[in-house]
Amino acid sequence: MFYYVVRRIIYIIPISLAVSLVCFLLVHIAPGDPIDAMVAPDTPPVVIEQVRAQFGLDQPLPVQFGIWLAKVVQGDLGNSLIKGRPIAADLLSASANTFILAMTGGLLGVLIGCVFGGIAGVYRGTWIDRVLLGTAVAGVSVPHYWLGMVMVIIFSVNLNLLPAMGAGPGGSTEWAWDWAHIQFLILPSITLCVIPAGLVTRTVRGLVSDIMSQDFITTLRGKGLRRSGIINHVIQNAAPTVLAVIGLQLANLMGGSILVETVFAWPGTGMMLNNAIFQRDIPVLQATTLVLALFFVVLNLVVDLIQTAIDPRIIRR
Amino acid sequence: MNETVSQTRTGDYLVRARDLNVAFVSREATVNAVNGIDLDLAFGEVLCILGESGSGKSVTLRALMRLNPKGKTVMSGELSVAGHDMMALPDSMLTSVRGREVSMIFQEPMTALDPVFTIGRQIGETIVRHEGISRREAEQRALDLLELVQIPSAKRRLSAYPHELSGGLRQRAMIAMAISCRPKLLLADEPTTALDATVQIQILLLLRRLQQELGMGVIFVTHDLGVAGEIADRIAVMYAGRMVEQASVTDFITRPLHPYAQGLMGATVHSGMRGHRLTTIPGSPPDLRLPISGCAFAARCPHVVNACRAALPPFRHPEPGRAVRCVRFEEAA
Ligand SMILES: Nc1ncnc2c1ncn2[C@@H]1O[C@H](COP(=O)(O)OP(=O)(O)OP(=O)(O)O)[C@@H](O)[C@H]1O
Ligand SMILES: [Mg+2]
Repeated sequence: MFYYVVRRIIYIIPISLAVSLVCFLLVHIAPGDPIDAMVAPDTPPVVIEQVRAQFGLDQPLPVQFGIWLAKVVQGDLGNSLIKGRPIAADLLSASANTFILAMTGGLLGVLIGCVFGGIAGVYRGTWIDRVLLGTAVAGVSVPHYWLGMVMVIIFSVNLNLLPAMGAGPGGSTEWAWDWAHIQFLILPSITLCVIPAGLVTRTVRGLVSDIMSQDFITTLRGKGLRRSGIINHVIQNAAPTVLAVIGLQLANLMGGSILVETVFAWPGTGMMLNNAIFQRDIPVLQATTLVLALFFVVLNLVVDLIQTAIDPRIIRR
Repeated sequence: MNETVSQTRTGDYLVRARDLNVAFVSREATVNAVNGIDLDLAFGEVLCILGESGSGKSVTLRALMRLNPKGKTVMSGELSVAGHDMMALPDSMLTSVRGREVSMIFQEPMTALDPVFTIGRQIGETIVRHEGISRREAEQRALDLLELVQIPSAKRRLSAYPHELSGGLRQRAMIAMAISCRPKLLLADEPTTALDATVQIQILLLLRRLQQELGMGVIFVTHDLGVAGEIADRIAVMYAGRMVEQASVTDFITRPLHPYAQGLMGATVHSGMRGHRLTTIPGSPPDLRLPISGCAFAARCPHVVNACRAALPPFRHPEPGRAVRCVRFEEAA
């Protein structure tokens, strides 16, 4: 087990390198010259070359990658072409905002999904199951942005209960856990929770009804356990798989909240990516993609390790 | 074994079933898995139920502790186990009878044990449930039980998971769990079928020893006549959800009366048959989704007459302690 953990952590290095390379190449494969976005359309070629040299864009690709990687490792993610200031600080605060939104929405979704899925699984084939499953399918099928806008219309425009845009009073981007801020979190996190809730419901339902139909459940009933005792066994059997699904959903939400962040003007990585794409701000695009991808890699590792730790059926050396 | 099938005083019996029926109802069909069984078991007696696949042996066994899937199972008749009227027992009390007064071991110890709980915890859990002692004390009891069922290096095995044990050890652990609260009745559903021959014998010997030491009544389901002869006091033969014959083990083995029981004997390898030809019973058992009138075995019986199809033959008692549901057993014998 110990060697497995060490080995898995060491594996992170080549994976991260590959991820960085892809992030780096991504923007060079994309059509269009990033310089065009930085200079006025009628800039003389000499000036263009100067700018190009200033950003290192005149070097051969491998050299550019080396330089870029060396800086990234030291925490220097470059400067934004548009804002002209270091990306790292902005990205850090955006990541924190996205993290808050993704975790709130994700955990809400997981909670709903486990409860709905657990009940539907235990009562499989009954009307309770059909209602819950129908709700879950509807949740997965509803488009994010549409649901977000409907909620804005109902709760912000018509009822005037909750703010529609931003992450804090007066457009502040610094998060705090007080009501003034939390009320901004409610609509986007509910919008965001719907898809993971639906997916987790379906997974947990399948898992629970699968476990409930296994032979050992008959043994447990036969030795006189009450319902609560049996549910305890079901939970512990389902936990490793549910955990993997949860990890995947949270990771998806970190990168997948672009639409929701855009609808609610939430100052996170999704909005940052969105802006960077439209403004062709290559370094920002690169840095944001890289951070999200690395987060994905690390989360996968954590899920895998926890799963290994709690599931005695998995033997890894 | 000294009771007769016709005896009726409930108090003397560990198990007493009268006209027990079990049906599985779903939207598509109703399966009449058990059709009017009468069964008596004295304290400390060992009964073997024989019968081919699908004859309702497992369903009968589960019915004795009302363990068939709730919701789709319809039971009727009279059933008393260890003095409890099982048909009237509310669920809350049923869970106190299960595992404490009646417990069950299964054919496949791999799937019958929870894969993510240690052996020690699964055994301890039963004791904690019924005797309300601490988990720590229960672990100690579990250790004693593993030693009782002769699991080598028992202490280490307490913290093992089912997949870390061999089939034979798993079945021993399963037995330890089943006897952990010293039940009066042990139900064993083909507990040796999934094991290889040498292990089968060890498990059988273990069960016989425990039965004698603890004085449990045992109902043991098997396909194997040899196993039945080894362990049983009395044998009951099932066909299509009905009992067709009950007899003491020696009576049965020397002279089975029902044509189906004779067929079973003919299809089994055993020492008395040396030099004889093995035979099979032609045809297949009836579809339990359809109503059966008359003797269910009539379609396959070499001695069939019209009376067999007309009405269900009543039990005949050719000698004390023996019962056979056949109108022509005298001719067939
Ligand atoms: N939960 C259930 N739902 C519907 N039908 C069932 C159920 N359990 C058993 N049956 C049916 O009841 C009949 C008797 O099954 P049972 O398992 O008791 O047979 P068996 O005698 O134990 O056979 P085997 O020797 O193969 O174990 C079979 O036709 C089976 O399909
Ligand atoms: Mg069976």
